Amino acid sequence: MIPSDKADAATDTLQGGPRRRRGRTGVGRGVPLPLLIPALLGLAFLVVPLIALLVRTPWHSLPEQLTSPDVWQALQLSLICATAATAVSLVLGVPLAWLLARVEFPGRGLVRALVTLPLVLPPVVGGVALLMALGRNGIVGQWLDSWFGITLPFTTAGVVVAEAFVAMPFLVISVEGTLRAADPRYEEAATTLGASRFTAFRRVTLPLIAPGIAAGAVLAWARALGEFGATITFAGNFPGRTQTMPLAVYLALQSDPEAAIALSLVLLAVSIAVLAGLRDRWMTAG
Amino acid sequence: MTKIDETTRADTAVEGLDAHLVVDRGTFRLDVTLAVAPGEVVALLGPNGAGKTSALRALAGLVPLSDGHLRLDGAELDRTPPESRPVGVVFQDYLLFPHLTALDNVAFGPRCHGATKAEARAQAAAWLDRMGLAEHSGAKPRKLSGGQAQRVALARALATNPRLLLLDEPLAALDARTRLEVRAQLRRHLADFEAVAVLVTHDPLDAMVLADRLVVVEHGQVVQEGTPADIARHPRTDYIAQLVGLNLYRGRAEGHTVRLDTGPAITTSEDLTGPVFVAFPPSAVTLFRDRPTGASARNLWQCEVAGLETHGDQIRADLTGELPLAADLTTVAAAELDLHPGARVWATVKATQTHAYAV
Amino acid sequence: MTRTARRNRRPLQVAGAGAAALLALSACSSSDDSSSAKSDSSASASGSDKVSGDVTVFAAASLKESFEALGKQFEKEHPGTKVTFSFGGSDSLAASITGGAPADVFASASPKTMKIVTDAGDATGTPATFVRNELEIATLPGNPDKIASLKDLTKSGLKVVLCDKEVPCGGAAQKALDASKLKLAPVSYEQDVKAALTKVELKEADAAVVYKTDVHAAGDKVEGVEFPESADAINDYPITVLKDTKNAEAAKAFIALVRSAEGQKVLSEAGFLKP
Repeated sequence: MIPSDKADAATDTLQGGPRRRRGRTGVGRGVPLPLLIPALLGLAFLVVPLIALLVRTPWHSLPEQLTSPDVWQALQLSLICATAATAVSLVLGVPLAWLLARVEFPGRGLVRALVTLPLVLPPVVGGVALLMALGRNGIVGQWLDSWFGITLPFTTAGVVVAEAFVAMPFLVISVEGTLRAADPRYEEAATTLGASRFTAFRRVTLPLIAPGIAAGAVLAWARALGEFGATITFAGNFPGRTQTMPLAVYLALQSDPEAAIALSLVLLAVSIAVLAGLRDRWMTAG
Repeated sequence: MTKIDETTRADTAVEGLDAHLVVDRGTFRLDVTLAVAPGEVVALLGPNGAGKTSALRALAGLVPLSDGHLRLDGAELDRTPPESRPVGVVFQDYLLFPHLTALDNVAFGPRCHGATKAEARAQAAAWLDRMGLAEHSGAKPRKLSGGQAQRVALARALATNPRLLLLDEPLAALDARTRLEVRAQLRRHLADFEAVAVLVTHDPLDAMVLADRLVVVEHGQVVQEGTPADIARHPRTDYIAQLVGLNLYRGRAEGHTVRLDTGPAITTSEDLTGPVFVAFPPSAVTLFRDRPTGASARNLWQCEVAGLETHGDQIRADLTGELPLAADLTTVAAAELDLHPGARVWATVKATQTHAYAV
Repeated sequence: MTRTARRNRRPLQVAGAGAAALLALSACSSSDDSSSAKSDSSASASGSDKVSGDVTVFAAASLKESFEALGKQFEKEHPGTKVTFSFGGSDSLAASITGGAPADVFASASPKTMKIVTDAGDATGTPATFVRNELEIATLPGNPDKIASLKDLTKSGLKVVLCDKEVPCGGAAQKALDASKLKLAPVSYEQDVKAALTKVELKEADAAVVYKTDVHAAGDKVEGVEFPESADAINDYPITVLKDTKNAEAAKAFIALVRSAEGQKVLSEAGFLKP
């Protein structure tokens, strides 16, 4: 079993933080050990790497690292692309979620499975699949190229496409869940008042599920911001055009781990800032 | 909405609702014919699962008809989508849009019918005023009491000037006290409404107070139809008899004697021949612990007490035996008789208190 | 003490390995039936080595095909051994090793990445250069853009991918470009040589500057174009036993196989240059 001193050490290190919230209901009172110990280990497992990142941050060279134009370029690109990918996900994903939640059609289960597939697909595989579809010789991409002269790989738009591909399922799943929980009879009530199905969706359903959409958008945005595999596979890596923060971190790690840590810190800070900023809506949605 | 009326109205148009609603839903089949004149309020009364709500949803266009027809003021509505039907619905739990104020809830319909935002709001304000809710127009639904929400829902349904108003269990969501008040208000508003109103309820009191005519639905079929008074006096099914509080039996009359399908005979005051119903109220039953001596043997049955419950200031005894029946007696009488489940009693009913009518 | 003892035994071992390799190769070329497999095992059993156990080899991505062949050969020569490979960008492999990844052998695509490992004190002995690799331009099959030189890559409208400057093939390409004073604007700096080549194989890019060996391995999916400037940027591939090895015996035996005539044959067939 787990030695008791180890468990004690774990509680000791953690008491500083959660204690305030826990109030007087202390550890061990009513919390069974078989649940408590794995729970604390799980918490440590998630938190320790982040702490390690902070501990190993080269604080002395940090200002220099962070003021380099390369970092800002990558960060800017990351934020723009993640936001654009979220916008794409919203425009396409919310109607898709509605379709899955509200319309009975044959093969709906299959469609849902297909929509969720990018969640479990290795992102690199997603990138390869995107190349097959939207690449210069892809089954769709070749027409885009010959008809409109559009090629997506190696472009910023390609980054947005890759990020939207992996991020949209998060949005669809979240919004579909909210839609299923929402009472469809509100839509019926709206139609009996003379609203078309689209008006009912726009004026009644959409405001009702807004918290779920916000939560889904945050998830999708966070996923897009951290996207690496599909991006580097589909859009390549070129500073200022397709090199987002995760790519910069990965490549910096090859030669300059300190720079990689500094970049990771920036990404971490941005993620925390955004999640904290959206916390209230997030909580109500959850 | 008015356009439909004008363009598709048949020459032989009958004002009001003329519907034959058939909805097939797997093992359940609704088959109900309804004819309601403008200004008339009809209540669809029936137990849960009888198909009342299906009928209402079919009228609103929320479920398609499998067969039959639906005409409103002469216009065919079978194929008309719900948003194009001149129908207003008050839903059971009102379904007020939680993100909109009371005013915007009521203005929603007029907006969808092409009014400008200002017009729609002005109309909505007028409706809320009529409902005595002017000071609540800025409130979100969750701030409204049950009675207020019910009136907002009614205002919202009426604001589109429907030719058919549908109310689904309009009072079910209210507590007993509010219910009394709202029932009276709703009755006034329905009386003012000049088009067809159909309400669905499982509460006989709501139905009898609010409606001019009752249509009783069981298992997807109309089992009885008539004025509240007629139905209360002449129930034709156990469900209705129970609702109106009568013991009801079916049998074959030969003069003053009705031989019941299920056993003994009942002597009645009416002189009839052929299949009949016999009904009498539980208060007409007298119970004895021992066989009453000297009493005529007519309408005397040996029974066993199956259950007892208080019913206002009375005790309602549920009896099985020769003739299953319900009997009302005072608390004192029940104590004197030492009634308890399993007790054996004799029950009698005077012929003059029974009521027989042809099936 | 033990090290000198092992050193002394090595020539014998190499000889045994070479003989077995020859046998194995001939077995492969003729047929793969059980009798020849049996003769293999008997041949190696007669060898004097006592090499056994697992060997983990971290090797540059460009070595994949040849090392996998050599790994099979090694396992046949030394029954009871199992060679596990981890192929990747030399830099990330070096980073893994200095980060404590359990490996016995490191074969890098550049002295620079090897230096990361030796500087960290994670290698034993001096790394030996076992092959060299030359750059080549990979173009679409049939070379539709008529690329004949490094300079042709600077033509506008041409989509060229390079390896990232941090990985050896990217560094070498940059060296060649600098030497000929060419400015090339690629569409992407790929994370390793295989990724760069894949972009051409998928016809997403028109050309990539990669190793000759990679062009070779890609078969007819790409067409190689040699260019004289590649002489300015030939990469040495060093190999070494790692300090944390749990099986130094087998690690050394594997390196010996790589450096043997037979190993060199396999490698040069893959397009590598002799050191």
